[in-house]
Amino acid sequence: MSLYAYDQIDREMLADRAAEFRGQVARRLSGDLTEDQFKPLRLMNGLYLQLHAYMLRVAIPYGTLDGRQMRALAAIARDYDKGYGHFTTRTNIQFHWVRLKDTPDILDRLAAVDLHAIQTSGNCIRNTTTDPYAGATAEEVDDPRVWSEAIRQWSTFHPEFTYLPRKFKIAVTGSAKDRTAARAHDIGLKIKRSREGELGFEVMVGGGMGRTPYLGPTIREFLPARSLLSYLTAVLRVYNRLGRRDNIYKARIKILVASTGAEEFGRQVEAEWAALDQGSIDLPDLELARIRAAFGVIPFETLPARSEAFEAARAADLALARFARNNLAPHKKPGYTIVNIALKAPGETPGDATSAQMEAVAALAERYGHDDIRVTHAQNLVLPHVKLDDVPAVFAELQRHGLATANLDLISDIIACPGLDYCALANARAIPIAQDIARRFEQPDRAEAIGELKIKISGCINACGHHHVGHIGILGVDKKGEEFYQLSLGGSGAEDASIASILGPALPADQVAPAVEALVDAYLGLKTGEERFLDTYRRLGPAPFKEAVYADAHPA
Amino acid sequence: MPTLIQLKNGQFSETEDRFTLVGPDDLTPASGGVILSLARFEGEGALLDEGRPVGVLLQPDEAVEALAYDLPRIAVVALAFPKFRDGRAYSSAALLRSRLGFTGEIRAVGDVLREQAREMVRCGFDTFIPSDGSSSQEWAAAAHRYRHVYQTAADHRAPAFVERSPSDGL
Repeated sequence: MSLYAYDQIDREMLADRAAEFRGQVARRLSGDLTEDQFKPLRLMNGLYLQLHAYMLRVAIPYGTLDGRQMRALAAIARDYDKGYGHFTTRTNIQFHWVRLKDTPDILDRLAAVDLHAIQTSGNCIRNTTTDPYAGATAEEVDDPRVWSEAIRQWSTFHPEFTYLPRKFKIAVTGSAKDRTAARAHDIGLKIKRSREGELGFEVMVGGGMGRTPYLGPTIREFLPARSLLSYLTAVLRVYNRLGRRDNIYKARIKILVASTGAEEFGRQVEAEWAALDQGSIDLPDLELARIRAAFGVIPFETLPARSEAFEAARAADLALARFARNNLAPHKKPGYTIVNIALKAPGETPGDATSAQMEAVAALAERYGHDDIRVTHAQNLVLPHVKLDDVPAVFAELQRHGLATANLDLISDIIACPGLDYCALANARAIPIAQDIARRFEQPDRAEAIGELKIKISGCINACGHHHVGHIGILGVDKKGEEFYQLSLGGSGAEDASIASILGPALPADQVAPAVEALVDAYLGLKTGEERFLDTYRRLGPAPFKEAVYADAHPA
Repeated sequence: MPTLIQLKNGQFSETEDRFTLVGPDDLTPASGGVILSLARFEGEGALLDEGRPVGVLLQPDEAVEALAYDLPRIAVVALAFPKFRDGRAYSSAALLRSRLGFTGEIRAVGDVLREQAREMVRCGFDTFIPSDGSSSQEWAAAAHRYRHVYQTAADHRAPAFVERSPSDGL
């Protein structure tokens, strides 16, 4: 067992929510509620009305699932949608084709496996995200899932913070190597130890994407871990009281922090925190210990660090060798590895998985992976605890289901928002652009030669595709009814976080993939040593890249 | 006259409103309870000395701390919801109860919908003027829909971490 085990209280919360929503849908279907009145209620439950149909967003708390839950998602996709689901950058899953009258049944089926759609939309505290390698990587100071679960409970139906100025996103990283883009969140938390060895958090506040991107400044270098929830309460209260509500584009906490100044904002938070009755908010040590224990202990075997079976298999199979090079990450236990499953096959929609694929991953997790599955903010899946001995069998099964794309963090491992086809906010399509680029770099040797290159695509300035922190960011814009795309370079959501800079004028859709190719060719000609694309860009600045794209697009 | 729902001893009921909400251009009535805007209250504070029940209506951008020194003599603090989405009054109510020790009536006025009943009650509101025509039964059902809560709030319900505690009930 490796998932937080829900107790009766957690289950009754979900059952009560499902019952409440069933009543609200019934009132809507009978005409008791108008769409205007129903809208805020459905939005509290992750139900959006999109261009083609209703979309239901299901929460996957801090991106952790077990096989049973993954099978339930697969069944919902099959029974109520078109046989697939879309994993999002918030590590949730969306079903794009559900019918309103089915949604109460879907929520019941979710609740039966401890899942729900609570706070997946609306101006409230959204699903907390964390390191997909949590509990599996030797890099972490402490398991961030424990603290993410504490945040989940504290933030669920928080009566004071259900009608914030705007949505609110928290990320927790347990490692210095940041796989959560912590600084790009409303609150980013980095677990660390003080010089005295005490466990705590660095608290970053006011990061965010959208039309004005910011990296969140640190307002507290060290917060003792047991004070986490009272400190979060203080941050949220200051934001709830003072955040702007007159302009939706200036309502995120990043604007408040930037306009107040990080130092002054931090001072206000400290003052609020000092005045709080912290003891009534912070979880007692016993409850923290209970949560930790509720994750269970994985019975790892004592294994040699080197697996002869795995070494022999990869020596004999070039495809496995490539997969191992790109998609495996070191595990804290000898003889184990972390397996990344890229939902980025060339020509497919980033983050999409069919019911059959979800069931295949569930079966692999149950058989080889201690029943543990993670969803990453890069819209991939992870089996965090696989024996090296079992990698050949896992790989073969992934291949059989079109899930063995060996492109983790490579140029075709693209993050893209759903875009114009599926989102009422979008100005432009994102998925076809991602598909174009992935096809152009389909040849795996070439992709490997290019190395780590993170492309992120958003269909509008809301930046759900995180284009501001892409090594290459692509933003869809509408120009007089036509879709254009603006390229930005040099962003990063990792521990070396930075915001990308716009390269030049926006390009029409059919010139985006050629422009990316021109950027890559320029990089390959300019790189020295082991430089990644991002490193070369940071060393040389935009000039040679600008030249490559615009000289090419507008030949003199 | 709009319905006033009151929460008293854990029960919701419809009750008579003892207060007149005095608009910006209205004359203050000669007798009976009144609820004044913050600006009017600051100008007409002498009413408190007449022994009349006096309340204050706070807009979301008016800090409850402004009332701190007068609270013991204020009968009701009405917190305005210009739109149901404007959640500042929840923090105002929570502060009135938990920090400023206010034990008088906290009233929700404006765009006040049944779907907010739970949050309002948890943050310390105890009277409500619903704008959606809710009855006290409907209001009570909405407020009590959930068997558990995860956090401590002004309503003093035992949160999950207390319910789970082995010493609970001892």
